Amino acid sequence: MQTIDMATTPLRDLNAKLQAQAGQTNQTQWEIANPKGAHAIAVGLDAPIEVTVKGSTGYYCAGMNKLATVKVTGSAGPGVAENMMSGTVVIEGDASQYAGATGQGGLLVIKGNASSRCGISMKGIDIVVFGNIGHMSAFMAQSGNLVVLGNAGEALGDSLYEARLFVRGSVKSLGADCIEKEMRPEHIAILQDLLDRSGAPAKPQEFRRYGSARTLYNFHVDNAAAY
Amino acid sequence: MCGIVGLFLKTEDLHPRLGDLLTDMLITLTDRGPDSAGIAIYGDVDGGLKMTVQSDTPAQTFAGLQDALETALGQKVEVRVIDTHAVLSLPAGSGAAAQAFMADRGIRVMGTGECMEIFKEVGLPRDVAARFGLRQMAGSHGIGHTRMATESAVTTLGAHPFSTGDDQCLVHNGSLSNHNAMRRVLTAKGFAPKTQNDTEVAACYISSRLAEGASLGAALEGTLQDLDGFFTFVVGTKTGFGVVRDPVACKPAVMAETEDYVAFGSEYRALATLPGIETARVWEPEPATVYFWER
Repeated sequence: MQTIDMATTPLRDLNAKLQAQAGQTNQTQWEIANPKGAHAIAVGLDAPIEVTVKGSTGYYCAGMNKLATVKVTGSAGPGVAENMMSGTVVIEGDASQYAGATGQGGLLVIKGNASSRCGISMKGIDIVVFGNIGHMSAFMAQSGNLVVLGNAGEALGDSLYEARLFVRGSVKSLGADCIEKEMRPEHIAILQDLLDRSGAPAKPQEFRRYGSARTLYNFHVDNAAAY
Repeated sequence: MCGIVGLFLKTEDLHPRLGDLLTDMLITLTDRGPDSAGIAIYGDVDGGLKMTVQSDTPAQTFAGLQDALETALGQKVEVRVIDTHAVLSLPAGSGAAAQAFMADRGIRVMGTGECMEIFKEVGLPRDVAARFGLRQMAGSHGIGHTRMATESAVTTLGAHPFSTGDDQCLVHNGSLSNHNAMRRVLTAKGFAPKTQNDTEVAACYISSRLAEGASLGAALEGTLQDLDGFFTFVVGTKTGFGVVRDPVACKPAVMAETEDYVAFGSEYRALATLPGIETARVWEPEPATVYFWER
């Protein structure tokens, strides 16, 4: 176990050290002490290492993550796991706005609540939130899965493309072109896998599925007057 | 961007440390706005009226101010000069006469009240705090702001907090889009903003609502109906402390509460050095939801 204390190590040195770990490193376990809400902790990692941040983080923790597993024992600020490519990010507490934004792959698990714009423009990432999510979540989400054990805020899935949204609780309102869809066996299987991998205490049968009505994909001449 | 901090103490034990705690919180957020910084601090009530004034030429302006003011008011006053500001201790009821005196001499009044003092200047939080000795200040609650200017010039009067009523102050992260229309409405009501700044319009709006008899909570609710744009507001009154975010809520906000205090920060890192933060209840205030505490 390698420990980096942010009370004595500058952020750039910390990130440079973590980013320098190659795919074959023997130093796979890292612990970061005293994050105190600092920005951009453990960003741009590109090795199968496991990093545990002991405390709460500020903006953009674990951004652009590839292969690594990043755990935050406290809460995460805005943009956690933004543009993640692969790997796993686990937040024990809450996550602020636009968690997992534009993520292309990997798994983001938020054990508390996520606030507004969770999974905005997601492009293949899987996000599992044990609590609630805020308004405008999965706005323009393109692919991947967003799983919410609690409730969703206003305008869920506005202008959605092909991402799948699974919500166990209530949905305050659906955004433009987002509709409830039938839960078929293949969706139960996808959801079961995600719940298992994230350790979420829920059964797939308890969820409803939402997705794109695909009416915004092409220009409709009937709407010409609106432009 | 801009950075906001606020601290509302529930226990008297922390009163002597208010300035010290707020200063650290504010300096932590320097990179959210290095243009100017300010703080409003609520101290002891001594039965009189406090008036904080400011001058760009304090040596000339404040020399002889006490004598001239005593002559004008016909009563004893105290003048405490702190850098470009001076805090005047006036007899209760002399506010209007003192305001007229300052207007005649072109001295800027930053705020008045029974317990509020307000200090703001252009510069980094670290430097502004040092110039005013913010660390040494005691009190029951206070709010601070570090500014990245968008809607008006980088000047002392454009810095936050804005005070537009006795013991009232407001800080803002965001930008309002209907402030010119609202400025005309407020001017007609007798609550004319003094500057071209959008935030001062919000402060005047809340002052006007409070003057009409609204509670702090109702006045903050009103901002959601009547103000358009991006905002996270933190406001202080003599006995209260409130927070409201616009419905879109893209301006960040984190709150923490313990048995000893309620704290606000634009980011968690501003709260990370507070005593007992490890076990505090920490949450992100909901959009379009009013939070306020009164003692």
